[in-house]
Amino acid sequence: MTHVVVDPVTRIEGHLRIEAEVDGGAVKDAWSSSTMFRGIEMILKGRDPRDAWVFTQRICGVCTTVHAIASVRAVENAIGAKPPPNARLLRNLIMSAQMVQDHVIHFYHLHALDWVDVVSALSADPAKTSTLAESISDWPLSSRKYFAGVQSRIKTFVERGQLGPFANAYWGHPAYRLPPEANLMAVAHYLEALDWQREFIKLHAVLGGKNPHLQSFLVGGMATPIDPDKQASLNIGTIARLKELIAKANDFVARVYIPDVLAVASFYKDWAGIGGGLGNYLVYGEYPDDDGDKPQLFFPSGVIWNKNIAGVEEFDPGKISEYITHSWYEYGGGDGVPLHPSVGETRPKYTGPTPPYDRLDTNAKYSWLKSPRYDNKAVEVGPLARMLVAYGRGQPRVKAVVNDVLAKLGVGPEALFSTLGRVAARAVETLILAEKMGTWVDALAENMGKHDLRIHDNTKWDPKSWPKDTIGAGFHEAPRGALGHWVHIQNGAIKNYQCVVPSTWNAGPRDPSGARGAYESSLLATPVANPEQPLEILRTIHSFDPCMACGVHVLDPTGHELLQVRVA
Amino acid sequence: MASNQGRLGDELKRRGVSRRDFVTFCAGVATYFALPKSAGAEMAKAVEKSLKPSLVWLEFQDCTGNTESLLRSSRPSVAEVILDYLSVDYHETIMAAAGAQADGALAQAIKANRDQYIVIIEGSIPTGANGAYCTIGGKSALQIARETCEHAAGVIAVGTCAAYGGIPAAAPNPTGALGVSAAVPGIKNLVNLPACPTNAENLTALIVYYLTYKRWPPLDAQGRPLFAHGKTIHDNCERRAHFDAGQYVEMWGDEAHRNGECLFKMGCKGPATYNNCPVVRWNEGTNWPIGCGHPCVGCAEPAFWDRMTPFYKHLEGVAGYAVASDVDKVGVAATAAVGAAFVGHGLVQLGIHRRDHAKEAETKEEEKK
Repeated sequence: MTHVVVDPVTRIEGHLRIEAEVDGGAVKDAWSSSTMFRGIEMILKGRDPRDAWVFTQRICGVCTTVHAIASVRAVENAIGAKPPPNARLLRNLIMSAQMVQDHVIHFYHLHALDWVDVVSALSADPAKTSTLAESISDWPLSSRKYFAGVQSRIKTFVERGQLGPFANAYWGHPAYRLPPEANLMAVAHYLEALDWQREFIKLHAVLGGKNPHLQSFLVGGMATPIDPDKQASLNIGTIARLKELIAKANDFVARVYIPDVLAVASFYKDWAGIGGGLGNYLVYGEYPDDDGDKPQLFFPSGVIWNKNIAGVEEFDPGKISEYITHSWYEYGGGDGVPLHPSVGETRPKYTGPTPPYDRLDTNAKYSWLKSPRYDNKAVEVGPLARMLVAYGRGQPRVKAVVNDVLAKLGVGPEALFSTLGRVAARAVETLILAEKMGTWVDALAENMGKHDLRIHDNTKWDPKSWPKDTIGAGFHEAPRGALGHWVHIQNGAIKNYQCVVPSTWNAGPRDPSGARGAYESSLLATPVANPEQPLEILRTIHSFDPCMACGVHVLDPTGHELLQVRVA
Repeated sequence: MASNQGRLGDELKRRGVSRRDFVTFCAGVATYFALPKSAGAEMAKAVEKSLKPSLVWLEFQDCTGNTESLLRSSRPSVAEVILDYLSVDYHETIMAAAGAQADGALAQAIKANRDQYIVIIEGSIPTGANGAYCTIGGKSALQIARETCEHAAGVIAVGTCAAYGGIPAAAPNPTGALGVSAAVPGIKNLVNLPACPTNAENLTALIVYYLTYKRWPPLDAQGRPLFAHGKTIHDNCERRAHFDAGQYVEMWGDEAHRNGECLFKMGCKGPATYNNCPVVRWNEGTNWPIGCGHPCVGCAEPAFWDRMTPFYKHLEGVAGYAVASDVDKVGVAATAAVGAAFVGHGLVQLGIHRRDHAKEAETKEEEKK
């Protein structure tokens, strides 16, 4: 039995530590620990609820829109503000751009190096690489000369002796299985994606002033004025710009990202049988397509138990709770009782080893994350959960694309419950969402043409118009999964603020029954060829796209029931 | 090791960047520093000659926003080369190695480049709970910062958290978070490059400055480079004429808002915020916060989370405001706290002792205007 510690887990957002027992070439047990805490919810107490989104946005600069969206929705829910249709459309565009850009960055810049051996690309034949590239896509950057140029660039880089971010890695590890030509093609697309993301995210600058941390959100709507006849407003020129950016995104996703995922996956089909984990999935749903109280969601909500896609259950926010048995906090009622976020408590209390340390005591408390549970069970959230719920509910486009991907890889639906399934689901979701974005631009242009220029519910801006004591909840599907914020407002100020975050669902520690969270569960039986080089552990952990700064949060005591809950 | 290192000039050629393009880029950078255009050619020459220096990028109590900002770096081909031209020996968000191999890369970079490597720190450093609020590989952020900065050629505290403590240090500062200068006193050549996040254009310019002159630029009393933080948002705002004319947005989506008039009454902190957003803008010049219709929140200022909030209440004591006597009619009640904070801040700004006396005189000139 070898005890493996991976800390820092790199190519993620934030600070994650994995400890694992490896025996006989596979993981026997695993513990996931978050090692950073800021206390942003404590900082929010007493502040103006209209300011909250600016604070919560800073929970994460990678998913830079998600905590702003959840926050304005929670406050709007509490005070009864109704954002007008244009605000819904602008938010849908901002959220979907975040998802599309983030997923592409994740695949190429955070995850690819687990599957792609950069050094092997040096021995590729550029002519054969060109043949390979042209066999899977009609993307124009595919000539022999193009790949020869990329290869010579890497060669020069390596020969100069300063490997920078590629130093000390796992090149040559037996778990790398792509032929040199596929490695070279992937490296070329790694570089192209770097340029692509910078270009595409200008959509956020157009609609939010800047990225990261765009600045156009408001409680009650959006701050970007709309007027087809004014230079300083979003106008028809903006519509044209958005259409151009979205068209280019669709092009890259359909002709580069999707073919690459299929190509890489075809060499790693055994990973469709590894890393499955819990088999329970939770989705809040996202992308409201109308302005009713219960809008139609493009990606539906639901719960799946034990991989039963055919029996998707309704999502009930009352079934969310959190344990702190293995987290560095204490509860007044003891560690064994879970609390709903609306009646949660937080007393951070570090009881781990004093740094510097080598080992955590995983029998005791071992993480700054809490352990969220749905109906008292651990669940997985994220792109795979969303695609499974949408598939189970018969969302037509999701069904079609998922079936197409499975057919192309020659695998059955059971392959989805795996490390590779997460990679594929993320790509499928990106494609479908990028296709959808144009419809929201069209709707915005149509409203503009009808001179519907409303962007904000002014009637609830003044705190005097709010109830004296009110609680609201805001739900969102972030790139990494189901996100909820709860806010308690008293006399116009924040009394209590709480977040339950995707990476907390996935990366949280065990609960009092010893049940593992999604990361810990998915690592069981993962093969490890060389415990000194934990490449396979990184593959499964990266398939979740960890975002640790998001995951660590704080709850404060309230005595109030959750009054009403609303999605979107 | 140095013998293996190529020169930027060769690198540029390989990347298909012409010397002319590069000189143009350097001339652009020279403009930041208010140097004559001809300085561009000199800077290009100096940068081409330099060897590929080691960069170590540390993340502590952060959100990775500054790293993301770096990925959006503008002037694409050349900015990429500038980054590539540095040897990024440690950066957890992008590096291939993890765990022990990542630790090894950091140790190796420090050992091989003693007194020559550059450190960039993102995120604040917690001092509570014996450092347990942020550990990497079992070590506290404070220990890592001390060990890494000791033999650095220079340290850039990027973003407001690293510079001044930022959001983790906002009241009540639950983790005892500090900025780098406060957490590790005595670091030589420390530059603060705040904002939430910092604009990649400013980071790129700062690095080129260092490579060109082998020294860091003159700083204001908050430790910020004057080229990026020498003037207020208000000084360069495209909506300034509306402020001067007393034309204010009164409510989101009103005609003044659609006309791009002044956001002062909606809470804009531009008059109290020293940053070059209106000039450089964001995402390759695409836009900036005021350009999209939202007030400035003052993110480049120390303690802005406490001193600039509530965000939607307007500042008091700003010269030129109160053109109309009824300015406070619309929905703005309790401005006293913000006003007091702003006055305090103004005093700090005016009372600073600038390191560069020429710049000090120049600034005074500007303030008179």
